[in-house]
Amino acid sequence: MNKLLRKNLLAGPYLFWSLGFILIPLLLIVYYGFTDREGSFTLSNILSIMTPEHRKSLWLALELSFVSTVICLVLAYPLAMVLRNRGMGRGSFIVFIFILPMWMNFLLRTMAWQTLLEKNGVINGLLAALRLPPQGLINTSGAIILGMVYNFLPFMVLPIYNVLCKIDDDTINAARDLGANFMQTLFLVWLPLSIPGIISGITMVFVPALTTFVISNLLGGSKILLIGNVIEQEFTRGGNWHLGAGLSLVLMIFILISMALIAKYDKNGEGSAF
Amino acid sequence: MSRLKSIFQQTWQNLYLAAILIFLYAPIATMMVLSFNSSKSRTQWGGFSLQWYRDMFASRNIMAALQNTLLIAFLSALIATVIGLAACIAINSMRTVPKAVIMGITNIPMLNADIVTGISLMLAFIAFGISLGFKTVLIAHITFNIPYVILSIMPKLKQTSRATYEAAMDLGAGPIYAFFKIVFPDILPGVLSGFLLAFTMSLDDFIITHFTRGAGINTLSTLIYSEVRRGIRPSMYALSTMIFLIVLSLLIISNFAPKKKEQI
Amino acid sequence: MKRKTWTLILTAAVALPLLSGCGTSSEGAGNGQSASEQKNAGELYVYNWGEYIDEDVINQFEDETGIHVIYDLFDTNEEMYPVIEAGAVTYDVVCPSDYMIQKMRENDLLAEINFDHIPNISQIDPAYMEMSKAFDPENKYSVPYCWGTVGILYNTKRLEELGVAPPTKWADLWNPKLSGEILMQDSVRDAFMVALKRDGFSMNSTNENELNQAKDALIEQKPLVQAYVIDQVRDKMIGGEAAVGVIYSGEMLYVQGEVESLGLDYDLEYVLPEEGTNLWLDSWVIPKNAKNKENAEKWIDFLCRPEIAKANFEYITYPTPNKGAFELLDEEMRNNKTVFPDIDSLTNSEVFTYLGDEVDAVYNDFWKEVKAN
Repeated sequence: MNKLLRKNLLAGPYLFWSLGFILIPLLLIVYYGFTDREGSFTLSNILSIMTPEHRKSLWLALELSFVSTVICLVLAYPLAMVLRNRGMGRGSFIVFIFILPMWMNFLLRTMAWQTLLEKNGVINGLLAALRLPPQGLINTSGAIILGMVYNFLPFMVLPIYNVLCKIDDDTINAARDLGANFMQTLFLVWLPLSIPGIISGITMVFVPALTTFVISNLLGGSKILLIGNVIEQEFTRGGNWHLGAGLSLVLMIFILISMALIAKYDKNGEGSAF
Repeated sequence: MSRLKSIFQQTWQNLYLAAILIFLYAPIATMMVLSFNSSKSRTQWGGFSLQWYRDMFASRNIMAALQNTLLIAFLSALIATVIGLAACIAINSMRTVPKAVIMGITNIPMLNADIVTGISLMLAFIAFGISLGFKTVLIAHITFNIPYVILSIMPKLKQTSRATYEAAMDLGAGPIYAFFKIVFPDILPGVLSGFLLAFTMSLDDFIITHFTRGAGINTLSTLIYSEVRRGIRPSMYALSTMIFLIVLSLLIISNFAPKKKEQI
Repeated sequence: MKRKTWTLILTAAVALPLLSGCGTSSEGAGNGQSASEQKNAGELYVYNWGEYIDEDVINQFEDETGIHVIYDLFDTNEEMYPVIEAGAVTYDVVCPSDYMIQKMRENDLLAEINFDHIPNISQIDPAYMEMSKAFDPENKYSVPYCWGTVGILYNTKRLEELGVAPPTKWADLWNPKLSGEILMQDSVRDAFMVALKRDGFSMNSTNENELNQAKDALIEQKPLVQAYVIDQVRDKMIGGEAAVGVIYSGEMLYVQGEVESLGLDYDLEYVLPEEGTNLWLDSWVIPKNAKNKENAEKWIDFLCRPEIAKANFEYITYPTPNKGAFELLDEEMRNNKTVFPDIDSLTNSEVFTYLGDEVDAVYNDFWKEVKAN
């Protein structure tokens, strides 16, 4: 018992750290969210999510992040299957292909999309070369979705890939031998076995997409206001911190839902991305 | 017939892989090209030039930001790895309930929105009276790095056999000695990948740094953000191109180097 | 998983910080650091707009005084204010605009400047000290740094293609033919200035009806707007991305120089809208919580030196209120009315004033509504 206790002490620094830099800060957000500038209790910060402009920006953020998540899933699943079937050694090279872009700064990568999508940008240049009419690509919801998919795709691919790698070839072959066609194998074997990865991927794409303010700023030309932009502006542009904190609390609801989903479907952490 | 089908399938798969890779790397390629553009404009090609590479080395801001970025990434990854490793060992031997609680806390910074994490830390630093600067950024990075480390190490630690460890103890090894001789080699890949992941996350972070930084402390991300709105200096592209090429070439060398029995 | 891969990547992770460490420390020695150790003259935290100083000027200041400058940037006045107010970061010298200086002064965030330490204040044209009185009635808290106007930059060739006459007034920014061709300023007061001025109201309006009308006008204009940007207007216009953009006058010299050096086949022209515009003044102030007030005063004095102000002007190309520097310029530049408009000719232009927290909140809410629409 004594030995066990001593071992538990090893968690001490981490617990201390979590208390100081995760839990207390979150409590502060709660405090700010439920008080006004004078420090008295109020629900108005939370309820302000119902004002038309906040509701609109939340709804738009939900819409865009939902679409991006679906696109990520649709792109990532076949990709993960291909990668797995190629038997590209677990981890290592293929993972790096997806992590490597992160060494190039996130903002620069997103800026580079600006260059590609602009009116006189690379893509319109290519279209012109093909004698196609130029397209207004930049500063649209589409551009924001593209930026989200681009930035968060690795977070969908990696967990699914990791789960797929754990599926035994024998399981697949058994299904085939028993006469299942591709669709049947996909829906009855692949998908059910990869649920933890899919759930983990969905939350890891949906939450950052829902809360981003950078992508919407850079690719939306500041014309499209997402809930993340509202919160950021409340904090950085002389707005109202209490309101910003209140809106953050509203966002936390979605984060809690994600955590609950993960806890339900991915008990053993199989679906972790890395 | 079935051979034809499989060739068709292969081609289709290759095309798909290629398309995804183009999607992932097109912006990076764009940036690399721009880093050699003698004009400052992002849309006009003014001819080939290396001036942005010279500018990059001459710019105090960029070099200081680079140093900060790498130093913060390195220190935060290192400290997070140490704290995370210790925590993993403890968590591994815990009973179900405390384990679930701690893993739940671990999930918070992973799943929480970056903007909420950043703001909450900023509020805490202000409330504690810690003035924002290098150390607050470092603390923030350690905070969001620890979960990545824990999630990398835990699976490996679960796979290790308790029996071997206990056998070593029975043979007279102290717990620390036994740990480093028996358990540590087994979980080393997890520790390393945790470290590396933490390093990468720290390198790529913008939002949390944005809210926790203080005067004169720029990482590359915040420096770039302050330039984004008035037009980025191509020396930033030059810098990123260089970092990218260094990492890429290391990766390629390591993959094509003669393979030995080093498989773990 | 190959151990080798990990080892190599790890080496990179470890080696890069060390390498860069060497690089910068030796470089740092050449600049302020070693000098500050020798003279021990301390530090100076400067908070300024982006691209708003010649970096050589900072180096020169460090070499001369031995003070180590920590230089930081902001994008909008609105972004700067909470940073100073929260006090989690203390800056010694900041360069906000007129109305924000008034807000900081009224909220007791500014320290009085000791003008005994700033002999070069005599170089500042008295006209601008007079102008400062709008927000700093006794000239106690601020020293003018740059001034200018806001106008419309337009691409002559693109307008011809669209069949639109060159703009002469703000109302031209509501022309439906310019759909997707307009760049607006992404800061609340600047955006409302355009709409308020268009309808002949004061840009310091506190009248709810006028503000409502301005808000509706901005919402009406939004479908035509390509993007709300700040300094990016410059690069986007040079790149031919848009036909018209709302821009600060000081960017003109840079823009025209760039158009010339790139050999572009279009011209970019600047016009001051006839309804009147925003006449602005950015000045140096010292926050109350500054830790190095004397260094801050040395800094301000240094920047008021004619030859330094001239070097800065040549780099940032915003008109300088420094008459000593102005006289050092060649005649062609002095007579360039785009860069140095006659203040007297700007009769219906105004300087922003701080309208109080409540009105500020109304502006912010309305702006949010425009953006969310």
